[in-house]
Amino acid sequence: MKEEIEKIKQSALSEIEKASDARQLDDVRVKYLGKKGELTTILRGMGSLTPEERPVIGSLVNVVKEELEELISKKEKEYGEQELNRKLKEETIDITLPSTKIKRGSKHPLNRIIEEVEDLFVSMGYDVVTGPELETDEYCFERLNLPKGHPARDMQDSFYITSEYLLRTQTSAVQARTMMANEEKSPIRVICPGKTYRRDDDATHSHQFSQVEGLVIDKNISLADLKGTLEIFVKKMLGENLSLRFRPSYFPFTEPSYEVDVSCFKCGGKGCNLCKQTGWIEVLGSGIVHPNVLKMNGYDPEKYSGFAFGTGLDRLAMFKYEITDIRLLYQNDVRFLEQFDRLDR
Amino acid sequence: MKLSTNFVKDYVDIDVDVKTLAEDMTKVGNEYDSAGHLIEATKLVVGEVKECKMHPDSDHLHVCKVDVGNEILNIVCGAPNVRTGLKVIVALDGAELPGGTIKKGMIRGQESNGMLCSIAELGLENKFLEEKDKAGIHELPEDAKIGEDAIKYMQMDDGVIDFDLTANRGDLLSVLGMAYEIGAIYDKKVKDIDLSHKENSENINDSFKVEVDTDNCTIFLAKKVKNIKIKPSPAFIRNRLIASGIRPINNVVDISNYVMLETGQPLHFYDADTLKGKLQVRMAKENEKLTTLDGIERILSQDDIVISNGEEAIGLAGVMGGLTTEITENTKNVIIESAIFNPIKIRMTSKEILRSEASTRFEKGLDPNRTYMAIERSCNMLEKYADGEVVGGIAKYDKENLQNREIEITFENINRILGMEISKQDVLEVFRKLGFTATLKNDETILVSVPRRRGDITIKEDLIEEVGRIYGVDNIKGKLPDIAPKDGSYDKVTRGIRNKMIDLGLNETLSYILVNDKEAKMFTKDDTELVRLLDPMTEERNTLRHSIIPSLLKIYEYNKARNVKNVSIFEIGKTFYKLKEEYGENNKLAVLMTGDFYLGIENKAQVNFYVIKGIVEELLEYLGYANRYSLIVDESKMPAELHPGQSAQISVNNDIVGIVGRVHPKLAKEEVYVMEIDLDKLLDKKVGKMKYKEISKYPSVKKDLALVIDKNMTSNEAQMAIKKAAGSLLTNIEVFDVYEGKGIPENKKSIAYSLTFEKSDRTLTDEEINATMDKIIEFAEKKIGAEIRK
Repeated sequence: MKEEIEKIKQSALSEIEKASDARQLDDVRVKYLGKKGELTTILRGMGSLTPEERPVIGSLVNVVKEELEELISKKEKEYGEQELNRKLKEETIDITLPSTKIKRGSKHPLNRIIEEVEDLFVSMGYDVVTGPELETDEYCFERLNLPKGHPARDMQDSFYITSEYLLRTQTSAVQARTMMANEEKSPIRVICPGKTYRRDDDATHSHQFSQVEGLVIDKNISLADLKGTLEIFVKKMLGENLSLRFRPSYFPFTEPSYEVDVSCFKCGGKGCNLCKQTGWIEVLGSGIVHPNVLKMNGYDPEKYSGFAFGTGLDRLAMFKYEITDIRLLYQNDVRFLEQFDRLDR
Repeated sequence: MKLSTNFVKDYVDIDVDVKTLAEDMTKVGNEYDSAGHLIEATKLVVGEVKECKMHPDSDHLHVCKVDVGNEILNIVCGAPNVRTGLKVIVALDGAELPGGTIKKGMIRGQESNGMLCSIAELGLENKFLEEKDKAGIHELPEDAKIGEDAIKYMQMDDGVIDFDLTANRGDLLSVLGMAYEIGAIYDKKVKDIDLSHKENSENINDSFKVEVDTDNCTIFLAKKVKNIKIKPSPAFIRNRLIASGIRPINNVVDISNYVMLETGQPLHFYDADTLKGKLQVRMAKENEKLTTLDGIERILSQDDIVISNGEEAIGLAGVMGGLTTEITENTKNVIIESAIFNPIKIRMTSKEILRSEASTRFEKGLDPNRTYMAIERSCNMLEKYADGEVVGGIAKYDKENLQNREIEITFENINRILGMEISKQDVLEVFRKLGFTATLKNDETILVSVPRRRGDITIKEDLIEEVGRIYGVDNIKGKLPDIAPKDGSYDKVTRGIRNKMIDLGLNETLSYILVNDKEAKMFTKDDTELVRLLDPMTEERNTLRHSIIPSLLKIYEYNKARNVKNVSIFEIGKTFYKLKEEYGENNKLAVLMTGDFYLGIENKAQVNFYVIKGIVEELLEYLGYANRYSLIVDESKMPAELHPGQSAQISVNNDIVGIVGRVHPKLAKEEVYVMEIDLDKLLDKKVGKMKYKEISKYPSVKKDLALVIDKNMTSNEAQMAIKKAAGSLLTNIEVFDVYEGKGIPENKKSIAYSLTFEKSDRTLTDEEINATMDKIIEFAEKKIGAEIRK
């Protein structure tokens, strides 16, 4: 009996040795250790043994069984790993093939500028307000100290719908609306970005364009407040190292009025094509709110003073993104739009 | 306004170059477009042709020996009028002319060491050239001194600054006004103008009347000058007119223009013998006809001011004189008119009819002192340069106030608005430099007397600006307004919508709101009226859009023409309408999609109706309208520009807020999908509060159900039936497959739904679910004629 077990063991060992993959190994397990396996059969046939032989043979079979099982598991693990490795290798893909692209949209450069301006002024406590684009002559001109027949109306050739209605030529129209809407006649701090329209179309002018207007009304507002505010605005938008120049000018709704030049950000003030060799670039119109404008819109000029400023956003966008032709902003070539698809850091 | 620096130097002593003057003027608020010289050329001298022979190898060139003072130059010249003994302008070797640099060289084998010049070659504008200037070289007078600077000799060594003036500074449309401004900058006194002349013993009022029959003329003066001799003006008048952009004609006409440039007061000179002893100012009759100086017959209206001879209109007041009374070669006697007309009326007339040097000045308002000054100055010059005899007296109508304007202001007023600390001394200095008289009423208050020439200064804020201008505001220290901090606000929702659309992969566009009237109402079904421009720039942009979609369609076509086929764009903007004489505008969002949407080889998706429907749903759910919206199919309410079988209205809270669908194949060959939502209407719709809803602790059960239904029944109808039968246990229903074809009868389709059942307080039993499924099946079979696909 013992010899027989030894023989089975040797034969099993040799078969385990020969098994070259997990399946053959499993076959060996079934053949020797399975329900009908050779060792199992011996255990089952122990009934014919003497009571003395039984424990001896039983323990011998179990020892062999354990030994084989251990060996099989060990080999199985080895083969399992080999198998997995082979499978992993099979599953290798070409990671240089294109990704599944999630389409990324883009924000129009003008709206990027508007949002940037809004964020800056909102952080300084300004409210963003809007007004109609189809405006009345009253709000666009008359309430801003520009009565009918005023020569300064020539500065803005307008698109009229009727003698009373027109497409607004300036966001300043919202100034009068904001003052009129404020029933308590309390201090005001607003900016109003939006579209404006004038009869003009060439490489630097578009009949439709965008402006942002700022208006602050309170007690004791001075030119120094205007200058400080615009310094922050211009430096944030165009560059920290720039300097500002206030050049006297004329707008019917402000007195005194100033055009604001910024030192040329391209040449640093030495003179180049962009600044027409002057070293300065005109970026804003501004001034102290004209007492007539305050009066006409219900504010007492003896009690309140204010400043107002306005600038073209198209030019700001063109400066910022180095866009050479204003028409690009309105052509909406997808190859242009797609370039504004990232976080601007 | 083009300023001749020689002209202004008659009145103010300055010694600065043109560029510096222009920059200094800019700093006080007077910008310029260009600053340079009347003749931009160098190394031009007077020469005399000593010898002139035909070129041996040419039939038109001459070889000349030209004396330029220190040497005799050999110069080849092609002009037909070159000849021995002629005094000429010689451009020496290295001379810079507008056409290029003159260099020594050989011309057809003959040495040429310079060039003999025509006036045209000096760079004068074509309109100032006479026939002889175009035909040949310029012939200088015999007395010209050889070797002298030719430009100086011709009195053309003038600087020209083309100012771009602000609308309020009408006073700067005159050399005198410029002199006062320049005087204020450099602290120089302005010299008096010479008005001196003799007058004969006659009196104009004995034989001539002026009559004003309208409020639109406040002052009207006339003087007479007899026996004038028409001839060319002296060089300085001609050159200063040219520098100022006005073409010289003859001495008399030139003087009227010269004095206008000098004083800012437009004048009109009549041939006295064509008048009938009278000038009358009145409003034109409706459709009254008048032929102006330029030979054009104008048809006038009651809003135009005219000058009449008592019988008919002979001049369009303030704009242009009439043809019948103009100064001609044969004029002997002149009536000078100097007047002020209502600026607004002149502005309207000139806008309607034509803009002239005169009307530009009248529009801005004039100083009545100058009305007198100009007429006297004209007499002075007509006497001097046209040998005229000035008739005594002046015919006048004068309702003007010639007094200075007085404005009270305090030092505190000035410093408070400027935010500076300017000393009292410095403030008074500014007023002195400007030629304003400032009197101290007390320690704080100044009474400023402003000359009438500065019509732009009427209130104390104007004086504050003057102080800022002349004193300078460069050293103001900027600060922030000293006001209570608060939070600013902005429209977060619109920004949220914009960012959502970008997140969905769409490119934002910005298009024109002006479109042509044929496309303005496309993609709408509204019955409002078009909003048209009174005076469009082009017919392509004559109307305000009612919808953004036509703009997006244009953008699609623009890109398609450039071979960009995948276009997924959106725009947030305004649309407009007119309803019962009232105008209105709406904020809208529009989307256009065509071509591939998701890119890459794995997920290439051709845009179809369901893609754009997904965009609509994603937006609505993002805004909080989940379970509050639906798409409604009602062909009769769809715009004709959409595919009738692939379009729908978007309804939120049971109200239509927009449309979605495929562009009709008649309009776009490719599959193009669009949607538009009225944001004002949408955002007005109630939305639930965002708050936590408890997640069920009990497992949900999923069941699949495939229904075979009529092909033209919508999935929505089937879904509604299922929901109705299932009741509250059914918490979600989704379509996961649609199938037509083999195994399904014709005119039928199979839709497979995945149903989710759930109860928040307990686990559902199999019996409950099976019973519910049975109910659904029974209901589907009975109510919508569905068959269950096994």
